[in-house]
Parts: sequence; C-alpha cells; structure tokens
Amino acid sequence: MLPRARLLELEQQASRARRHVLHLADQGGCFVGAALSCLDLLVYLYGEVLRVSPASVADPGRDYFLLSKGHAVPALYATLIEHGFFGKERLDHHLSTEDCIYWHPNAALPGVEFQSGSLGHLLSVGIGIALDARRVGDPSRVFVMLGDGELNEGSIWEGLLVARAQQLSNLILVIDRNRLQANAETEALVPLEPLLDKLRAFGLFASEVDGHSFEALSAAFSSLPSAERRPIAVVANTVRGKGVPSLEGRANAWFVHGSPALHEELAAQGSKP
Amino acid sequence: MSYESTLLALAEADPNLMILTAENRAHIRGLAEPLGPRFIDVGIAEQTLVGVAAGLALRGRKPIVHALAPFLTMRAFEFIRTDVAIAGLPVKLVGFVPGLLSDGNGATHQSLEDIALMRGIPGMQVFCPENGAALEASLALLIASPAPCYVRYTSREGSAPAPGQLGSADVRKRGRDVTFVTFGLLLEQAEIACSRLEELGISAGLINLRWLSPVDEEVLLDAARTSQALVTVEDHFKIGGLYSIVCELLQRAGVHARVISHAFDGRWFKPATLPRVLDHEGLSGARLAESVLAALQERK
Repeated sequence: MLPRARLLELEQQASRARRHVLHLADQGGCFVGAALSCLDLLVYLYGEVLRVSPASVADPGRDYFLLSKGHAVPALYATLIEHGFFGKERLDHHLSTEDCIYWHPNAALPGVEFQSGSLGHLLSVGIGIALDARRVGDPSRVFVMLGDGELNEGSIWEGLLVARAQQLSNLILVIDRNRLQANAETEALVPLEPLLDKLRAFGLFASEVDGHSFEALSAAFSSLPSAERRPIAVVANTVRGKGVPSLEGRANAWFVHGSPALHEELAAQGSKP
Repeated sequence: MSYESTLLALAEADPNLMILTAENRAHIRGLAEPLGPRFIDVGIAEQTLVGVAAGLALRGRKPIVHALAPFLTMRAFEFIRTDVAIAGLPVKLVGFVPGLLSDGNGATHQSLEDIALMRGIPGMQVFCPENGAALEASLALLIASPAPCYVRYTSREGSAPAPGQLGSADVRKRGRDVTFVTFGLLLEQAEIACSRLEELGISAGLINLRWLSPVDEEVLLDAARTSQALVTVEDHFKIGGLYSIVCELLQRAGVHARVISHAFDGRWFKPATLPRVLDHEGLSGARLAESVLAALQERK
C-alpha cells in the first residue's frame, strides 16, 4: 500500500506532467491522446519501480525503460522532467531545429534509452538488453511499453516467442490498453481479446491493472514474480486522453493541437477533491 | 583456418564479441558450444534477430549477425535501417548464400538487391569478399570499425591477397583496352575472361572491388581514365549495385567512360546448379569474354 502522502505526491506529479504534455501540444500539436493514456503509468514506474535516476543513466546495472509506442513521447519527456533528467525549458523547443524535441523519442535526451517511432521495434531491442544484462549478472530489469494497437505488428508476437524461449524473467512488458489505435477501436479493427489468455498462451506471466490508479499499480507491480523463468506482461487498462474530459476515450483525440480550453479543463480536474 | 575458427579466435580475444543467428548455423555451427551465452540463436525470426543485436550493441557488445542474405536484408530491412543504422550501432550483418550462391533455391532466395538496399542506408558499410580467405583476413578490420556493416558471405575456397585498409580495392591487373570491375563469387569468372581476352591480344585489367561502400574511388577513376571501357560484372540487379555505383562515380567526377554492364536487368535468374546458371546467364568466364569481345568489336 502506498502511504497517503506518497499517493498525493504522485498525483501532483502526474498533474504537472499533464501540463507539460499540453505545453508541447500548444506548439504545433502532438499525440496527446496516446501520451495521456500512459502518463500515469510512466509517473508510477519512474516514481516507484524503475531503479534509474539522472545519476545512473549510464550505469550498466540500471533498470531500462523503452517506449516502444514512441508517439507517446510527451508523457516520457514530461516524466523525465519531473525526475530531473533534463529541464522543462527544453519543451519550449518543441519542433524547433535548434533542439531534438519532436513527435518521437530521441536518445540524445538524458534518460531516453533509444529512439522509437516505428511500431513493433523495441520489444526485440529490449530482449537484447535483457539477454545481455542476465548474461553478465547485472540486476537490470527491462521495461518495454507497448501500445495495444502496436500489438497488430507481427514482430511483437515473434519477439514474445523469443523472449519466452530465452526465459527472460528480467523483461517486463507494460501494455497501454486504451482500446483505441490511430483511427479505430482495437476490437473493431483487429480484435486483441482475449488478450491476457493470448499472452499466457505465449508463456508470459500476465496480469491486468487499472493504469490510472496508483494504488492498483502499487499492488500489481509489488506482486510480480521474480523467480519464474518467463517474461512478464502487465496489461494496463487506460483511457485515451485521460485527465482532459473532452479528449477522454475519443477516437479523434490521437493527435491534438493545444488550446487554452484544454489547459482549463485540466486545471479544473486538478482542483477536484 | 575457416570463418568459424577465425571468429572463435577473435571472440576469445574480445569478450564483447557476440554471435547471433536466425537458425542459419551452416558456417558457425561449432561456435555455440565454446561461446555459450555469447552465441544466440533466436530461431527463424530475422526482425527480432536484428533488434536483439541492436539491444546488445546498446550494452557495448559487438554483435555479428547471421542469416540468409535475402531474409536478413529484406525481411529485417527496417530493423537494420531503424534500430542499427539510425542509432549508428556497430552491428555486423553477415548474409549467407547471397546472389548466385543460392543456385537451385529459386527467386525467393535470390538476394539480387541486397547491395542496393544496404548501401542506400546512411553509414552502412558493404563488404563483398571473393572467398572465405578474403573474409577471414578482413574480419578483424571489419569488427574494429565502429560502423554497421553488411557482409555478403561468399563461401568459396581459395586464397586471397592481404587486405588493404577498409574500403580499398584489390587491383589484380591493369588493362589498356578494358578493365573488369567485380566482387565476390564472380571474380573467378572475370579472371578467366581476362585470360581469354589476353590470349586474343586484348589488354584486360581486373579490379576486385570488395568494398561496395565505401568505394575505392581513386582506383575506379584511374581505370576509367586509362582503359577504353570498364566492364562491371555482378550477381545483382542492374539497378543500385556495382553498375550504378560506377556510373554515379563517373558522373560525379566528370569522367567520361564507356561502361559495359553484366548484371540482372530487371529479372531474377533461372534456378539451377551454379555452373549451369553461370553459363545460362552469360556470366561464366568464357561467356563474359565472348560478350566483351563482341561489344568491343561493335564499336570499332
């Protein structure tokens, strides 16, 4: 259980991080919907789970976080800023040629392990990191965040077979299950359900959790197995655009241009008890 | 020595070297046991193979990746371009059974566009040794480079002159009338063609280019200036391979030269045993000599 004070801190951090996301959207737009669905997950992982800090970004024994659904990068940058990996003034350079802040992650930013953008790539990269960490005895765990739409990619299922074959218990997939992909509902286009059964059939230890509840996330991540010789999947049920009511669960809230109205909506949410 | 034993010796000397395969073990079978966890076989999964190699390279390792050339360069193309090349990781990609070496397999297995694809990726080196000895002699050099590299593996026996520096061509012979420019498996046939032409009183030179990226521009331009014609010979499509490389260079350097191309012009080759394919496709030494002779006479 999270102490009440810590829960409050995480909520405040998530609220600030959401403002960073909207700040990016104000300057040319970004994938707000996808970022807000996984933002609480990121805040929780960096706050409570990942053994990585600005001081340990080059430590081979650190935990690795790989954002495979690269278009959710505003959530990653917002969270890294909250943890002091780089300053929030860099967000003012969104889409400027003077910096490298754009619609997908760039590994030149402190704390970003690898670039992404093309879907279905970072599971295999994560497998490579996890294999090497295990081989040399580093305590690293590798967290790979995948979008549910991204599970359409064949390379994901190929990677799951290999991860299981290699018995990678230091590999943890976090699936942002917001049930929407770019233009369609996942279940209407290429149904993923029964997703947990599929993941289990592939030999993973799979569980699901409310991806916006820090208490639920605390319970889920503290009960992950560590001794089983298989990879882990956490399916986090989320809402696209979470935190901005006019965007929540909306199919057209994928790429969004910022506006004062969105900031007002977010602020109103924050003032609720 | 063999490719396998050379790799093993290098791996024993460098603990960061790792050997990967997508279940193509023919030339590296003996490495699994001595290398233990530094030998990774992901199964028939080329995309994951390349992604895993990128992950290993991020951890400071030097992965040498093996798969059949067409599946490595095409099934996993976007992983090579995106995870290896954009990040500039030192992953070495070794394509087995390239070009004509796929002999009886058919078009599915014919990598005739691999050079075009790989050299089209910024920062990617492309190395096409003529036989096992040439590859073995260059392996240490290749691994020492921090750049990603595609190797067209030519499993032919034979000797090879010592490698020069990375990117340097192996100039076998100078010729006033024609200079053959080739690489890999077809070097043998170009050598035969050269001898035939010499017997007929034609001065024929021979350049074994080896590196198709970076290219030894000086050697090629010198040959273009001192021979009446260049003859490119490649087991690759005409588009994007050696012929393209030579023409692009000549154009860029403002050197005018006649270039006679022997390549697959918009088609795959007829699957058969290698000697039959060479003859059928006009790429045997004898057939090459005949067609070059005809081309030279046509211009007289």
